[in-house]
Amino acid sequence: MIRIESLKKNYKKVQALKGVSLHVPQGQLFAYLGPNGAGKTTTIRILTGLTKLTSGAAFLNGYHIEKDTLAAKRQFGLVPQSANLDQELTVFENLDVHGRLFHMRRKDRRRKIDELLGYIDLLDRKGTPSKQLSGGMKRRVMIARALVHSPKILFLDEPTVGLDAKIRRRIWALIKKIQQSGTTIFLTTHYIEEAEFLADRVAFLDEGIIVAIDTPRHLISRIGAWAIDRVSQGEMETQYFRTQEEARAYIAEQEDSFSLRRVNLEDAFLALTGKKVK
Amino acid sequence: MIQGWHAIYYRELLILRRRLTRMLASMSVSPLLYLIAFGYAMGGHIQVEGHSYTEFLIPGLVAMSSMTQAFGIASEINIARFYWHIFEEFQAAPISNMAYVTGEVLAGMTRALMAVCVILLLGALFGVFLSYTPLFWLAILLNSFVFASLAVALAMLVKSHADQAMINSFVIIPMAFLGGTFFPVERLPMWAQKLLALLPLTHAAKSIRAAAFGQSPAPVSYGILLGLGVVFFLAAFWCVNRARD
Repeated sequence: MIRIESLKKNYKKVQALKGVSLHVPQGQLFAYLGPNGAGKTTTIRILTGLTKLTSGAAFLNGYHIEKDTLAAKRQFGLVPQSANLDQELTVFENLDVHGRLFHMRRKDRRRKIDELLGYIDLLDRKGTPSKQLSGGMKRRVMIARALVHSPKILFLDEPTVGLDAKIRRRIWALIKKIQQSGTTIFLTTHYIEEAEFLADRVAFLDEGIIVAIDTPRHLISRIGAWAIDRVSQGEMETQYFRTQEEARAYIAEQEDSFSLRRVNLEDAFLALTGKKVK
Repeated sequence: MIQGWHAIYYRELLILRRRLTRMLASMSVSPLLYLIAFGYAMGGHIQVEGHSYTEFLIPGLVAMSSMTQAFGIASEINIARFYWHIFEEFQAAPISNMAYVTGEVLAGMTRALMAVCVILLLGALFGVFLSYTPLFWLAILLNSFVFASLAVALAMLVKSHADQAMINSFVIIPMAFLGGTFFPVERLPMWAQKLLALLPLTHAAKSIRAAAFGQSPAPVSYGILLGLGVVFFLAAFWCVNRARD
């Protein structure tokens, strides 16, 4: 369970977070969606103790991240945005050092590492130096590393950034599998389809403020079910309709041709923030 | 309070093990060149404080190498911080900052001890066998404690790897040459001696040399090294606390 209350973060003159509040119940896959610079990584960094908060409070399974820091840190695993495996260590050693950082016993570490490497289909790469792994393998190992100590919460900061579509889908399947084991997942992403496919609930973050928070289906239904795109004076314009009949009736009245499509989460983001997610 | 230090130390040992051959080779090059150039070629017939120059040089090289190798942990921390972002893995783990500092300082001290063993072996090849008493090793441990702690503190303060190289150029290299490694500080004018007495390496070189020659090292030098070591260790702890943005 994650609880954030009026969280603010200032970097000198820049206000990165302007009072974020949210609650993620146990076992939920929560996506935190926003453009670059919206404050997604800052939120994760505060929740994981990497960055100090300016004001407000945050709790992980009831532990205050600033007051019960060590207890709070035992609750989560973190997969940061940048690949941070120890390049000189093997896959096993990377996971083993992590287990030691969480004070796990040798026997438990070894059992868990074998289990996780099997889970991510990389058991045969146990002794491979991590610098020899592909980008997708590194990301899977980072996810496995974050799970060595069996955390109840998993923070994934842009877990598929820079990966090709095929590997991205493999990571998605892995994330879904982790959630099914009862782990709460807090995911930041700027890939709309990632949030739409994975998340139980989504928050739209823009310039340090949550502008909307709901299930993907409800967020989409706020603006309609069908959309028509057209280019007018070099700008893309989109119109939304409650029903397909309404949209078709509109098209019939126009001289130009239009393409009709289903409304997606990106439309909801665009309509609610006036911005594209990049 | 320091639970988890061994995870940090273990990681550094794994890296050390992976690079062992390269590291031993690099730890040998400079001392070997100093021994050949200054000890054998130039100072072959020179007597200093009643000893051959090579005998005089070995304890100085021990002090210098234990300093540079212990301080070298700063570069490792910087690479882990700025290039590989591994420092975040430690920051997000349930270990105290004191545990982190302890692990890194011990890793620096381990590197220093390895370098000292290399020099003593090279010395033996040159036919130099000195008195390696507990006081000799204590001075080395204190010296490496001072510089490993200083290294962790400074590694947290610098903003880039280039800053770290600058510290080496302006602090470590001058100290290596002026701290009594290659010549007796007593040969310098009194004002220079007083100035050099402020450097921890001067005390380390004096203590290591005195112990190696079977003399009684000055307890005050051990006290100064211990005091500075504790101050730098606490500074390192404070700097790690500050490293969160």
